Amino acid sequence: MGRYVVRRLLQMVPVFVGSTLLIFLMVNVMGDPVAGLCGERACDPATAAQLKREFGLDKPVWQQYLTYMGHLFTGDFGTAFNGQKVTELMGTAFPVTIRLTVVAILFEIVIGITLGVVTGLKRGRPVDTTVLLLTLVVISVPTFVTGLLLQLLLGVKWAWTRPSVSPDAPFGELIVPGLVLASVSLAYVTRLTRTSIAENKRADYVRTAVAKGLPRRRVITRHLLRNSLIPVVTFIGTDIGALMGGAIVTERIFNIHGVGYQLYQGILRQNTQTVVGFVTVLVLVFLVANLLVDLLYAVLDPRIRYA
Amino acid sequence: MPEQQPYEAGRAVAGTGMGGAMDLAASEATTLERAPGGPEGPGPGGFGPQGVGPAGRPRSLWSDAWRDLRRNPVFLLSALVILFLVFISLRPSAIASGNPLACDLAKAQDGSAPGHPFGYDGQGCDVFTRTVYGARTSVTVGVLATLGVSVFGSVLGGLAGYFGGLWDAVLSRITDVFFAIPVVLGGLVLLSVVTSNTVWPVIGFMVLLGWPQISRIARGSVITARQNDYVQAARALGASDARILLRHIAPNAVAPVIVVSTIALGTYIALEATLSYLGVGLKPPSVSWGIDISAASPYIRNAPHALLWPSGALAVTVLAFIMLGDAVRDALDPKLR
Repeated sequence: MGRYVVRRLLQMVPVFVGSTLLIFLMVNVMGDPVAGLCGERACDPATAAQLKREFGLDKPVWQQYLTYMGHLFTGDFGTAFNGQKVTELMGTAFPVTIRLTVVAILFEIVIGITLGVVTGLKRGRPVDTTVLLLTLVVISVPTFVTGLLLQLLLGVKWAWTRPSVSPDAPFGELIVPGLVLASVSLAYVTRLTRTSIAENKRADYVRTAVAKGLPRRRVITRHLLRNSLIPVVTFIGTDIGALMGGAIVTERIFNIHGVGYQLYQGILRQNTQTVVGFVTVLVLVFLVANLLVDLLYAVLDPRIRYA
Repeated sequence: MPEQQPYEAGRAVAGTGMGGAMDLAASEATTLERAPGGPEGPGPGGFGPQGVGPAGRPRSLWSDAWRDLRRNPVFLLSALVILFLVFISLRPSAIASGNPLACDLAKAQDGSAPGHPFGYDGQGCDVFTRTVYGARTSVTVGVLATLGVSVFGSVLGGLAGYFGGLWDAVLSRITDVFFAIPVVLGGLVLLSVVTSNTVWPVIGFMVLLGWPQISRIARGSVITARQNDYVQAARALGASDARILLRHIAPNAVAPVIVVSTIALGTYIALEATLSYLGVGLKPPSVSWGIDISAASPYIRNAPHALLWPSGALAVTVLAFIMLGDAVRDALDPKLR
């Protein structure tokens, strides 16, 4: 187990370097980094050159990347062009997005798995067909449309919730945005659970459990569900990174000041430090989540052993 | 096509071995009754080991799939919607006579009027005309991005799966790198510099970030196909790598790629709209559902129709492609039934 974790951590290194380098290059292509410093006017050439020297932007890209990574490992994510530390921005933005992601994942687990179990057990019945069709519809409607519609209906027309979220973003206000963020993954979780349950329903161990006279509830939760959840756990785990990165749209619709908001502002204002820093953290979250999922396998399925 | 048999037989066995044995048997029974005389050759007797398969006359995976699809209402419905979409993208003037860029500010946010069933948007443009013209963007982006991703991804992934070795290891790491980058985020960063107002940067971006998905699938399915006896036989007969790849492996490994590509087509259309909504995809004066939805969202209280019609069109389009992909997958992969 220990050796497996070490090997996986070592494998993460090239992926981490590759994806951060890719983002670094993308952001460098993004345009003149000092242009954002001079406000609405174009920069005076002498000022621009001076600023570039000051920030080390006249050096080749690989050198900039190495310097940046060096600083990163000492916990220095750099300074945004308005003088604010990027770590400070992260300190305010990440808690909000983490709360939003937690709400979304809870929706996925509670609603997604429940619907999946129900449809998987009643395969081919009207419930199954209806839910299956509904999941297709949810997958097809892009998140920004779902978000705008829910905002219009719940927030404006029926006034059940506030149409936008206050800067503190407490859990209560994040329920509707969390549902919107979760919607597409929710549909996938339902479908995955359904397929998995339907496949395992006729497995020998389930028949044995029924034959032993175990109550139906126990057969489903302890025998069937535990074995069927493995692909679902994989999906939800990889989804954590995707949800946090994909929150841009949801955060924009509901005016949530989280990671997506900061990234969007950073990109609009060509604030390279903010963008690279946030993306680096997101990539790390994604990689660590994937590792945790693989380790969870062994817990769910004792047949899997990591040497 | 004798080389197709082991694959099919393997699939049939896998299908009966899975939980869906009853379903499969039942569906086989119904297909037997109505089985039309499809294209078949005099082959060796039935391959159904447990008497589940049809007696005699092996059919190819493709003719089987096509027979299933023709009788699948979901497939027929989505194919009809897609045909209609393709038609209006080629000839939008056939059903919308107006000009999508001709707007009259005096009519801004007005409801429907005779000849203008969907009403007017915030700039006084006819929502119906713009919705019809928006189909062209979506279909173009979806189809071209899917083509690019499939070709690029299956060539790279297929070669890696076939030859293995160093290139395979490197490619797997590269796909890992791309998987770690959130798509919408990559789109925002890359496309925010683009000033060109055509569909090409958007398509290029989708191909750039989309190919690893297909390449991973193509790699896996080529590795499966490579281990089959007929590939060994072909190699023993002295066939070249190119011949083995094109004649023996490609036809047997392409099904998963087709399935994933069809479903991906729908998601690319949704992605284009999302990027346009965020202001980095297509920009006005291009006509795109994403742009229209984005423009209508500030007036959502006063003129919800300007938001609802393009949203509905977008949802129906994506739904049609995803349902088509779903139906194709069911037809090509009997195991999932």
